[in-house]
Amino acid sequence: MSDVLAARSQMAVSLAFHIIFAVIGIAMPVLMVLAERRWQRTRDPIYLDLAKRWARGTAILFAVGAVSGTVLSFELGLLWPRFMELAGPIIGMPFSLEGFAFFTEAIFLGVYLYGWEKVSPRAHLLAGVLVALSGAASGIFVVIANAWMNTPTGFTLTNGSFSAIDPIAAMGTPAAFPQALHMTLAAYAATGLGVAGIHAFLLLKNRTSAFNRAALTIGLLVGAPAAVLQPIAGDIAARYVARRQPVKLAAMEGLYETRAGAPITIGPGIRIPYALSLLAFHDPRAVVQGLDAVPRNEWPNVPLVHLSFDVMVVLGTYIALVGLWAGWLAWRKRDFATRRRFLWALAIAAPCGFLALEAGWMVTELGRQPWVIFGVLKTADAVTPMPGLIVPFTAITLLYCALGVIVVRLLSRQIVRSPQA
Amino acid sequence: MPSLADALAAIILASLTAYVLLGGADFGGGVWDLLASGPRKSCQRDLIAHAIGPVWEANHVWLILAMVLLFTCFPRAFASIAIALHVPLTLMLVGIVLRGSAFVFQNYGGGGGRVFAIASLVTPVLLGVSVGAVAAGAVPARVRDGPFVVSYIDPWFTPFAFAVGIFALACFAFLAAVYLTLEAREPELQEDFRQRAMISGPAVFAMAVIVLALFPQAPPVNQRVVALTAAAALGTFWSLWRRRYQLARAAAAIQVTLIVWGWGIAQYPYLVPPDLTIARAAAPRITLELTLIAVLAGAVVLFPSLYYLMRVFKGTNDH
Ligand code: HDD
Ligand code: HEM
Ligand code: HEM
Repeated sequence: MSDVLAARSQMAVSLAFHIIFAVIGIAMPVLMVLAERRWQRTRDPIYLDLAKRWARGTAILFAVGAVSGTVLSFELGLLWPRFMELAGPIIGMPFSLEGFAFFTEAIFLGVYLYGWEKVSPRAHLLAGVLVALSGAASGIFVVIANAWMNTPTGFTLTNGSFSAIDPIAAMGTPAAFPQALHMTLAAYAATGLGVAGIHAFLLLKNRTSAFNRAALTIGLLVGAPAAVLQPIAGDIAARYVARRQPVKLAAMEGLYETRAGAPITIGPGIRIPYALSLLAFHDPRAVVQGLDAVPRNEWPNVPLVHLSFDVMVVLGTYIALVGLWAGWLAWRKRDFATRRRFLWALAIAAPCGFLALEAGWMVTELGRQPWVIFGVLKTADAVTPMPGLIVPFTAITLLYCALGVIVVRLLSRQIVRSPQA
Repeated sequence: MPSLADALAAIILASLTAYVLLGGADFGGGVWDLLASGPRKSCQRDLIAHAIGPVWEANHVWLILAMVLLFTCFPRAFASIAIALHVPLTLMLVGIVLRGSAFVFQNYGGGGGRVFAIASLVTPVLLGVSVGAVAAGAVPARVRDGPFVVSYIDPWFTPFAFAVGIFALACFAFLAAVYLTLEAREPELQEDFRQRAMISGPAVFAMAVIVLALFPQAPPVNQRVVALTAAAALGTFWSLWRRRYQLARAAAAIQVTLIVWGWGIAQYPYLVPPDLTIARAAAPRITLELTLIAVLAGAVVLFPSLYYLMRVFKGTNDH
């Protein structure tokens, strides 16, 4: 394994691990706040129990999110010093703002988790709301930094270094809005349906548990609307990619030749004529740039990007349909807990949001290769000169595998212990 | 006349100081968890877990803030540190991950107490080793060509850097012991930590002497700062002796703050000696200006929130 490949793999493992905890950290506070609010309004003890149990589980996940995030902020320099040297002054701004969002989040999380008896009910709920808001804000700030890597703006490039930099313009980079929107929805969709799916599964075993019903309803409340909106946000993202990163779009769709009226190819063999032109430019005749427009050494790994994109879209379509189904049942005032087929569909959807999320990041990151800053700096030129990077890569991977196993064991114990009455 | 870059370097050092005073004490708590002994062994451990629980994540963000400000405002310094100190920093990250996760796992019935304690021991040493390598002027702006050992091990694998590492550990343990005297409700428990503080105080002093003796060049220390630090140390000792714990906490915090700032003043105007001064490493002016604005705006949100956190969890048994 070459050093660049080891560094890329270490970055990929660290990010893929962190993102799971990050999205849970963004969305779980919303679920907890909804449960607590229902308790304060109805005084139904089930909701208080729910909020407290969720808070316990979330404490574990938050801690792992915080330490894996710390690893990332060092790794940006440890693995990609040339990238940070060049980009730091431009994208440091969102990272600095994110730093303050972390503070707010960590402070009020402390109040929320440990302050049940120490602060008034209103202050407690407010602390939860602040955790939810600052969690969403920190996610948006990092994604802005990532968007800048995809569509770098706010500088003049002369002889490989930046001049006339404008950090504010860099934060307004064109990819920022579509990516931040799509990412934030992804957090709510994946976590909301994840929670709803787990409790759907438990309801299949024990149909009368009021606890599971309550949890399922709140999970759906957050997850279903986000899942339904996600394909629309994805479409917005795709149209930005088509304009700003045509090579990535070509790789996502496996389009080797530039052509008008481009089709969509799904897997090996299925082709939908004109669909790509229609989707990317809302015009069936539009010309879509193929991979042939750039030299081969500037292609990303086409099969992998294409596969990841298909996985995301298939899973995204599935969870959007489950979300619509839930909306339909709610509108007809049907009881979710008695619909076995719906519960099964929901249980299957539980991991799908997370898988789509990982696949989506593969599309974004692998599709940007060989560039770390698109069109400006090649990944291979950004890597640290230190040899032997396979060693830290292996160490981090093993560490995260072990952590993952422990977290899953602790959480499943929590879930198994949840009241079945 | 201090420049804008100097001001931001000072903010980074302030953030690092806050990390040492708050996050450092959380690591120190892990040390006393490892060394818990006597009839009140499990009470000591409970007290430590109780004291760290609500605040460690917030305390930890100071390190992240320092890192983020460093790469935004002094990107060349960040890059050269990240290259030359790759090995100790990566090991420190492993320590941070193990410490943080083992701590919550333990609190949620998953075991891991040993891991928490040992990681609390190793991580501060590695942080100190990295700081020591920077202070010794062993981090070049461009990595030297040469064998792996010369470029990536030699800068930090020195007696001096390790002395700084152990010095950091001693300071953290000392701070934790002093703070814990205020957390404890039972007089016996309070005495346990008073005793620990009075043992680790002299250890801090001894390590300070060793660090200065091992300094590769003539130690560029500022006499006045040394005198003030010594005065604060005596003040801490005296207040512990008289069981004036609030005073002891303030004096210990001042003492450690002076140690950190003594380092900063000693190497001014260098950020990463021998090549990078603050001015040479600084980002373009626009970045510095915007970051300063962001920091000031952030502080308006941060300090009231921090005050609230401390009042909720740390205010109840201060008498
Ligand atoms: C729950 C997760 C989830 C779901 C259901 C979807 N996505 Fe997605 N997608 C993501 C989670 C995600 C992501 C992980 O959040 C990404 C990675 C980077 C980003 O901004 O969002 C992403 C990236 C991403 C990109 C690339 C953006 C870029 O590289 O700048 C496109 C074009 C789409 N998505 C399109 C879609 C479409 C058409 C979907 C229709 C069903 C869809 N996504 C469902
Ligand atoms: C290079 C990429 C990233 C870096 C450097 C990074 C850095 C960090 C750091 C340092 C923390 C710890 C903060 C604390 O102590 O509380 C953290 C936590 C967090 N990160 Fe990341 N992060 C990255 C990617 C992401 C992404 C893509 C998202 C989401 C969209 C995200 C969302 C969060 C959230 C919400 C938290 C709060 C803690 C939690 O929920 O577990 N991060 N991150
Ligand atoms: C948390 C969600 C994310 C995931 C799962 C993810 C995934 C990946 C993957 C798979 C790679 C390796 C790509 C390759 O080299 O082939 C990578 C590289 C990288 N990512 Fe991301 N990424 C995420 C978010 C971010 C964010 C928010 C940032 C920056 C702010 C970022 C910065 C980088 C950098 C600097 C590299 C290395 C250079 C490169 O390979 O282009 N990533 N990431």
